[in-house]
Amino acid sequence: MNLELETASHPENLKRVAIDPVSRVEGHGKVTLLLDENNRVHQVRLHIVEFRGFEKFIQGRPFWEVPVMVQRLCGICPVSHHIAASKAMDMIVGAVKLTKTAEMNRRLMHYGQILQSHALHFFHLCSPDLLFGFDSDVARRNIVGVAQAYPDIARKGVLLRKYGQEIIRMTAGKKVHGTGSIPGGVNKSLSADERKSLLQEIYQMVSWCIEAVDIVKRLFEQNAQFYSQFGRFDSRSLSMVRADGAMDLYHGGLRARDTLGEKIFDHFDYRHYWEVISEDVKSWSYMKFPFLQSLGPEAGWYRVGPLSRVTNCDFIPTPLADRERREFLAFDDGRASGATLGYHWARMIEMLHAAETIKDLLHEDDIEGGELMAEGGERAGRGVGVIEAPRGTLIHHYRVNEDDLVIRANLIVSTTHNNQAMNEAIRQVALQYLDGNEITEGLLNHIEVAIRAFDPCLSCATHALGQMPLEVVVQDFAGNPVSIASRSPEGVFSSR
Amino acid sequence: MTETFRLDGTDVPFEAGETILQAALKAGRFIPHLCHHPEFRPHGSCKLCTVKVDGRQAASCTRLATSGMKVESETEELNAERLALTQMLFVEGNHFCPSCEKSGDCQLQATAYHLGMTNAHYDHFFPNRPLDASHPDFLLDFNRCILCSLCVRASRDIDNKNVFGLAGRGMASHLIVNSKSGKLVDTDFSVSDKAAHVCPVGVILRKRQGFFIPIGSRTFDKKTIKEYVDTRLGEED
Ligand code: SF4
Ligand code: FES
Repeated sequence: MNLELETASHPENLKRVAIDPVSRVEGHGKVTLLLDENNRVHQVRLHIVEFRGFEKFIQGRPFWEVPVMVQRLCGICPVSHHIAASKAMDMIVGAVKLTKTAEMNRRLMHYGQILQSHALHFFHLCSPDLLFGFDSDVARRNIVGVAQAYPDIARKGVLLRKYGQEIIRMTAGKKVHGTGSIPGGVNKSLSADERKSLLQEIYQMVSWCIEAVDIVKRLFEQNAQFYSQFGRFDSRSLSMVRADGAMDLYHGGLRARDTLGEKIFDHFDYRHYWEVISEDVKSWSYMKFPFLQSLGPEAGWYRVGPLSRVTNCDFIPTPLADRERREFLAFDDGRASGATLGYHWARMIEMLHAAETIKDLLHEDDIEGGELMAEGGERAGRGVGVIEAPRGTLIHHYRVNEDDLVIRANLIVSTTHNNQAMNEAIRQVALQYLDGNEITEGLLNHIEVAIRAFDPCLSCATHALGQMPLEVVVQDFAGNPVSIASRSPEGVFSSR
Repeated sequence: MTETFRLDGTDVPFEAGETILQAALKAGRFIPHLCHHPEFRPHGSCKLCTVKVDGRQAASCTRLATSGMKVESETEELNAERLALTQMLFVEGNHFCPSCEKSGDCQLQATAYHLGMTNAHYDHFFPNRPLDASHPDFLLDFNRCILCSLCVRASRDIDNKNVFGLAGRGMASHLIVNSKSGKLVDTDFSVSDKAAHVCPVGVILRKRQGFFIPIGSRTFDKKTIKEYVDTRLGEED
């Protein structure tokens, strides 16, 4: 635990390093390090400028518009917001239970989203670091480099993503800004032709997902110590699970575990999430810090996302992914399942689960059904929708007035849930690798690797080749720059 | 013997009292337009239908056809002006197509596609126009009003209710609801009104319909604006 690195005791004698990656997706992030003259690390902070203007923006809009409008929140997983908002609006219109066909099509859309987002996250954004090494030649450390050195891996990554995007196009109407999920149901179901074309390729996708899990597994096997220890920290975890304890990324109750794996709460009805989750504010960050209420802001932070989900559930309800889950948990006496880089392994297990789930859904005849809308029930003034988005638990919460307009909105996105956890991870990395060393591009990249394990949006989401422009300013205690190191979007590192 | 005028080099027949636009549309010749509707008296406000009559600009929806007149419509110059007018309509209001429920059913959007519009070109005004959600069945989103006055004409001339009106002049002109409170709920507006179904953009909206029609099945997913206008005329006959 590195809370002592959150705030240095004598900052006046230290110099400041700021890593300032700019991302257009979810605001932008910046890492600041305070170093002394011997480059020893005294303070590490990840600042994320979260874009909360959105909650204002939807105030006064009609509720049925929101599921489409919120997709602008994220360039990587707009569908997650689309579905979370739809679930909240299901409550508003009193649609207690969706039709079979509607739920299946929403699930198909969601698991298609998981597939495409996980493929993007792993193959495009993270595999260059993992395959070439964190401080390997920066000119090659991108997806083009991967395509040259490992053409087969790169090709499968691209095709997996494409398949997921096809599912989104078919269920939502468009790859981005679709409209498929609406309050109370869906506006279309899969057609026979669409189903047939997806079925033709799904077995191939499942087998490529198995290969993807193997890639991460081999990396861990080859370098177990490094992979388990990199940026490692103990944390509580939060995710949704199905009533029987199974992994369910679309619907369920909230489960939190402490650092020893004991349950803090289980099957908690997310419609009252504020009874178990609060948000703390810190003076140095614009982004809030959520915490588990029973433990308080200091000890109650947690992590969400693939690692939490795979370790939190009792089992994965598809056989191939569950076998991988068990292997993951057993690996190296359980060391991988608490590792920051374990996120990648867990992510690929989930991608396999998504492919298997898609396969199962495609075999259900109801996916083509004609009953799209649930019977409207009693109108409610409050709607909460929660899903497990690719990067973690996503909460949408709205108040709607009698005239059908949104009067209040609160969104807690995965990045916010993971705020403290990402801070912990980079503090560990700073201590492990930067402490006492001259800053180099490769060392800076270690910090990014840790952030990227959680979240691609922060670091390089909109930089298609996996590069983000970075500037590191080493300042003296008075704030004067001592040296500046920077990396251009093309990956050229310079220091002066 | 029917009389004719020349439109872009070919003869178009017309009957006495018909406007250029009416005659052209009847002959299957498309001239872009937004405030014209076959069932209502012309208003002549959007100017999209502007053509050149014997070398001088005129709104084809208001100008009566006369024998032998020479009308130009499909010229680069006129289409460039139509495009600019359309872009101005976009920036004057708040038109966010990706999250608008009228997307795919909107005549402004379809016209923009027809004219090859790829961006708004001008600076957005971002006007602040609050919604009127007071009515139990209908929502008014004034953000998208292009002041075509079709709802005004429909309510006044067909529904005999006078629910809507245009107030103010020039840049300040805006759509109002004719009730004491200014709210739709305090009028006798109803679902069966012609005015409830005539808005070419996304202002007068049936509540809780939203995105009920999937992408691919909306009006302009299946038809161009020209084809839409043709079928609309067909329904009249
Ligand atoms: S509300 Fe619609 S029909 Fe009425 S003036 Fe505005 S754009 Fe025209
Ligand atoms: S259609 Fe003629 S001016 Fe609008």
